[in-house]
Amino acid sequence: MNPVFFILAVVTLAGALGAVALRNMVHCALCLAVTFIGIAALFLHQGAQFAGLVQVLVYVGAVAVLIVFAILLTRSGDARKGVAVFSRSWKTGLLTAAATLATLVAAIVNSPGLLREAPRAPELSVRQIGLDLMSQWLLPLEILGLLLTATMIGAVILAMPEKPSGEPAPGPEKGARP
Amino acid sequence: MTPLPYWLILSSILFAIGLAGCLVRRNAIMVLIGIELMLNAANLNFIAFWRYGSGAEAAHGIMFVLFAIAIAAAETAVGLALVIALYRLRRTVQVDEADALKADDKPR
Repeated sequence: MNPVFFILAVVTLAGALGAVALRNMVHCALCLAVTFIGIAALFLHQGAQFAGLVQVLVYVGAVAVLIVFAILLTRSGDARKGVAVFSRSWKTGLLTAAATLATLVAAIVNSPGLLREAPRAPELSVRQIGLDLMSQWLLPLEILGLLLTATMIGAVILAMPEKPSGEPAPGPEKGARP
Repeated sequence: MTPLPYWLILSSILFAIGLAGCLVRRNAIMVLIGIELMLNAANLNFIAFWRYGSGAEAAHGIMFVLFAIAIAAAETAVGLALVIALYRLRRTVQVDEADALKADDKPR
């Protein structure tokens, strides 16, 4: 086993464990960022440079910061003593996850067809990816743009404060009311 | 070069950790963090199969990962907006306390 792979895998898994198991949620978000960086490094190790850089930009740069903001806005960061962090049915959850892991690992270990030599590292430039995006993948790209626009509008509407019904919106005519 | 099963087992462990975090934690943001971990495990699998597959010259694996990352980011934005709306309505983000579809049964 490649030592680079081993170190990156250990860092990624340790970050993931910390991200789900720590009590303070700000620490969880920081561990999640470590996991994202580890996965980006694994992408680079596989020769997928563009995917690794996108992983750093989108996940470490945007998603981790968004999660930290949500933690701060909902006051989840102050871990008080006595408040249960884990749900009452945590044993069932752990059992489900362990069963899933056992099934996946058994399926992987019992598949001898997976033991093949890696082909030569592919030469895939960012220019080639861009050309493919603009020709072969143009329709999915456009649909994705539409989805992102709808998501942005939807997220803003969801997070907007609801005005109580029956009351007019506060405006310049407020002084006219008795 | 590391054999392909090591990559698959790594992503399986990552998926199981995400699933456990999703099922075990009470806070809705932690459930979203678990979902993010599971999506990243899937992306790791896409890259591994792209690298070890026969048609490594084509960019299909990279494209799949790029689209998955974009959709996961959109999903996170909507999920966190839902969490913030829930917090504004109920003053809590614990998923086992938010078990009613109507908001009127509890004072704000």
